[in-house]
Parts: sequence; structure tokens; C-alpha cells
Amino acid sequence: MKKLILDLILKKNIRLNEQVHLLIFSSEQSLPKILPGQFVQVKIDDSPATFLRRPFSVNFVDGENNELWLLIQIVGAGTLKLSETSPGASVNMILPLGNSFTFPDKKDEKILLVGGGSGIAPLLFWGSCLRKADFNPEFLIGARSRAYLVELKEFEKYGKVFITTEDGSEGEKGFVTDHSIFKERKFDRIYSCGPTPMMKAVGAYAIKNNTFCEVSLENTMGCGIGACLCCVTDTTAGRVCVCTEGTVFNIAKLKW
Amino acid sequence: MVDLKVDIGKLHLKNPVMTASGTFGYGMEYSDFIDISRIGGIIVKGTTLRKREGNPYPRMKETASGMLNAVGLQNKGIDYFIEHIYPQLTNVDTNIIVNVSGSTIDEYVKTAEKLNYLEKIPAIELNISCPNVKEGGMLFGTSCTAANEVVDKVRRVYKNVLIVKLSPNVTDISEIAKAVEDAGADAISLINTVLGMAIDAETRKPCLSTVTGGLSGPAIKPLALRMVWETARAVKIPVIGMGGIMNAADAIEFMLAGASAVEVGTANFIDPTVTIKIIEGIEDYLCRHGFSSVSEIVGALETL
Ligand SMILES: Cc1cc2nc3c(=O)[nH]c(=O)nc-3n(C[C@H](O)[C@H](O)[C@H](O)COP(=O)(O)O)c2cc1C
Ligand code: FES
Repeated sequence: MKKLILDLILKKNIRLNEQVHLLIFSSEQSLPKILPGQFVQVKIDDSPATFLRRPFSVNFVDGENNELWLLIQIVGAGTLKLSETSPGASVNMILPLGNSFTFPDKKDEKILLVGGGSGIAPLLFWGSCLRKADFNPEFLIGARSRAYLVELKEFEKYGKVFITTEDGSEGEKGFVTDHSIFKERKFDRIYSCGPTPMMKAVGAYAIKNNTFCEVSLENTMGCGIGACLCCVTDTTAGRVCVCTEGTVFNIAKLKW
Repeated sequence: MVDLKVDIGKLHLKNPVMTASGTFGYGMEYSDFIDISRIGGIIVKGTTLRKREGNPYPRMKETASGMLNAVGLQNKGIDYFIEHIYPQLTNVDTNIIVNVSGSTIDEYVKTAEKLNYLEKIPAIELNISCPNVKEGGMLFGTSCTAANEVVDKVRRVYKNVLIVKLSPNVTDISEIAKAVEDAGADAISLINTVLGMAIDAETRKPCLSTVTGGLSGPAIKPLALRMVWETARAVKIPVIGMGGIMNAADAIEFMLAGASAVEVGTANFIDPTVTIKIIEGIEDYLCRHGFSSVSEIVGALETL
């Protein structure tokens, strides 16, 4: 897939909670084809603290309106600047980058998408693509507390949503892997994105139960295009770049 | 039309802008964005005799106006390069230069020797300045005797243009430069990254798996410029300058300080088209100032 450098226009900046903003961008020219699980490299500005581009998973693509959504969790200077961007501003991005999630084979497969924190971002787009292709994904979303649960209404458009919160303020109390769904049901495919300990726990469950499982890694990146070799992870095929060989990896290939 | 051509010994560049090793992959990574044959030269990833996995993750930390890296020369080895990568590069219409590294003199020599026979590789850049490997690397670039010895041994076997890349992690760069010139280098390039470190106060841990790493980007530009100026005054062979070049003005400053050509590194990560903008910016500068050839600005620094 040809990579492009595009200036997108910020249409809406929606504050979902004190830490998370949903940014909806549109483009004058039509957006290239973007696959579920792919990411973009966003230029922040030329200030000393936000010098390199920042990678963000594509949260959603609205083909009809030529819109691209990014879910921004404020973790540092770059994400803070981005969250303060006003509608109308132009933001430079390199896209589309990385590989994508693998579609299931059969329409009746039991599919679970497990997300936590800002890791839920790619799962909305992936869930929408699965639904569009006549699969029936279900979602399990974990957060610290009710206030940190975002985009639930969006997820509900594409499948049933299960919830865990660490303080029990919504859904079941505990971590995603504590959810009763794992005891009561069996899945054919699990896809996950979120904090590494969460993905490791989900991966361990999948391996124990011999379930197909893909995770999307969020390694620190220098270039996002396979040139700097800064983003590596260890796999059965050696040390590889997450930005080109991933960000999506089958759990069986990762040396976790 | 101004003349952008420069010669580094027998190496002919269509313009003075090259890409710095380790920041431009093998060139192909950028071909979606620009016509890479417009660049004066592409210096590919650091290559060693044997395959290297490099250092464990995390290997990169952004710092104020720069970044620290500790990649540690991850590459598949010279034989893999010759067999699988070189054939893909032969139809790129610009100079492809291989950055050669090693842990021992013998490894440098054997790797350089193999590159003699590749028709489309007109030059190598001997990296005696990598701060991110345990053995060799920077050690060869921080002592005059060691630098002289490794360059001398490689010179005996390598017939094409030999560029030697120096480390800024020394007290007197001009002494090292002279030792390298005496050993028969055709040109000197500098600077490699500056040894640095970053700490996460919250976790009380270092940010890189190797604790220390190499600093690059605009943060190191004043230091690089000073070292290029000192080196250009100390040696007769051409000097290639780099360190924090982000735009045409930066590149021109390096040339005024005495660099015959420049390399652009970290800037490629932020703007994959930056090399082309720099080439066009230099051309524009020469026109505006009434120069007919880029060689006229090399070392043209005036006094206050
Ligand atoms: C990620 C990264 C990898 C690098 N790898 C190499 C290498 O393999 N060999 C080498 O001689 N220099 C390497 N360098 C150093 C650059 O070629 C260059 O000397 C340095 O980054 C300064 O230039 P800049 O500030 O324009 O990036 C690397 C730099 C970076 C940032
Ligand atoms: S971020 Fe540069 S190679 Fe992956």
C-alpha cells in the first residue's frame, strides 16, 4: 500500500473525559484505503518537546464522509498539544502504516475484541469492519472506573459490549481477564489492544485455551516506516520492527 | 542554472545532499514519498560482517529537540546485503554508499573487501564512531592510534572511495581527523551521535535498555558545526558534515564551515521529503546570492 503524507483538517475535537479526546478529521482529497489495525504518524509541531511524530491507531474510518477518527489519550506533551487543537486546523499525517488484523474464515466464528485504555482505539474500526463483512464481533472493554469508559455507544453499533472496571463502578469488578465471559463462553478468535500487561494476560488465556489471538503493540516509534529500527519486538522470526511487521502480531509469534 | 555537483575525491555527487546511515533504511523505505534518485547519495544502514540483532527494546527516547537511540547496528550482515539488498539498489540512479562497522579490525577489513567487487557501490563510509555497541565501534574513533590502524588496514584492501566517519565523543577532533587522513582516507564525515542518557524519574529507571545512547537531531547542531569547522581546517581531504540538519539553511551553514557535502539523518523521520526540500533550498540560496556553483560556498565563512 502506498504511503501518503497528507494534511487533514480537524473537523471536531470532542472531549470524552479529562484524559481522552476524540478528534475527527476530514480531507479535501479522498482518503486512501485504510485497513483495520493500521496507524498514522502525526506531526505535532516543531517545538523542542514534541519533535518527533506520534503514532496513533486509526479509531474509525467513515468512508461516506471521508472522515478519519483518532482517539487521543493525554499522556505527554505531544498528546496534550494535539488535544488542544482547534477545529479548522490542518494536521499533517503519514498514512496508512503497518499491517492489519486478520479476518476470520467462517461467518459463525465466535469473535471477541478485548481493549483497555487507549487500546480500544483500533478495536472500534476493526469491529465496524467485521460487522460490515457479516461477522458478529463482541467487545470486552476494561477501564479504571466508569468515568474512563468511552465510545460505548459506538461499540454497541457493531456488537454486544461487556465491561469490567477496576473499582466496580460499571460492569464487573476487576481486570478484563477476570470477566465471567471467559469462564462461561469459548471463543474462536480473540483480538486485543491495550496496556502490555493486559495483552499478555489475554494472550496467556488464548494460548492456554488454544485460541487464535492477535494483539496490536504500541511500541515507541522513531519513523513509523521501517527506517530507524527503534520499534523492535522479539518474535520467533527474530527481532522485527513493529511499525512494518506489526503492529498486529499473532500471539504465538511473540516471545513474551 | 546553478551547478550543484560536487566531487568527494573520485566520488561524483549530483548535489551535496546525502542521507545519514541508519536513518534512511536502504532508501526503498522512502520511495513512496520522493524520487530517491534525486538525492546526491544514499548511505545505507550500518553493515557488519555477521548478522547482528542489535540491542533490546526500548532503544529510542525523544529528548528536547532530538532523540537518543541505541539500535546497536542491527543488520543482517554483509553477505545478506550483497545477495538480497544490493540487487534491488542497482537501478537507483544515485550513489549507494555502505556504512561499514565492526568489533575488530579484521571484521572491518573483511567487510570492506567484499564491497570492492560491487560495481554500483562507489564508496564506503567506515563507521569508527558507533556509541551503541559493546566492542569496537566508537573505541576505534576515540584514539588516534586505533583510528589510524583500522583505516590503514582497510585502505590496503579497499580500492574505491573511503570515507571515515568520526565520533564527536573526543577531546580534540582535529587530531583524530589527521590520523585518519594520514592512514589514507579519501574523505571524513562527521559527526556520529553524541553519547547521552535519559532517565524516567517516575520509575527511577533509565529510558534505554542500554542506559546510554546516541543523541541526534537539532540538539547537537551547534556542536556538530563547530567540529566540522575544526576538522575542515585541520585536513586537506574533503569533509562531509552532519548533525541536526533540518533544512537548507542548516545544510548551507555546514558547507560555509567547510563541508563539501552534507548528510541528513533524524530530519527524515519527521519529514520523509526533507532531502528534496534541502536540495531545492540550496539551489535557491545560490541563486539569491549570485553563486554559480555550490563549491563556491564550501568554507566560505567570513570573519566578523
Ligand atoms: C536511529 C539512528 C540509527 C543510526 N545508525 C547509524 C549507523 O548504523 N551507522 C552510522 O554511522 N551512524 C548511524 N546513526 C548516526 C547518523 O548517521 C548521524 O550521524 C547522526 O544521527 C547525526 O545526524 P542527524 O542529527 O542529522 O541525525 C544513526 C542515527 C540514528 C538516529
Ligand atoms: S519506528 Fe522506525 S523502524 Fe519502526
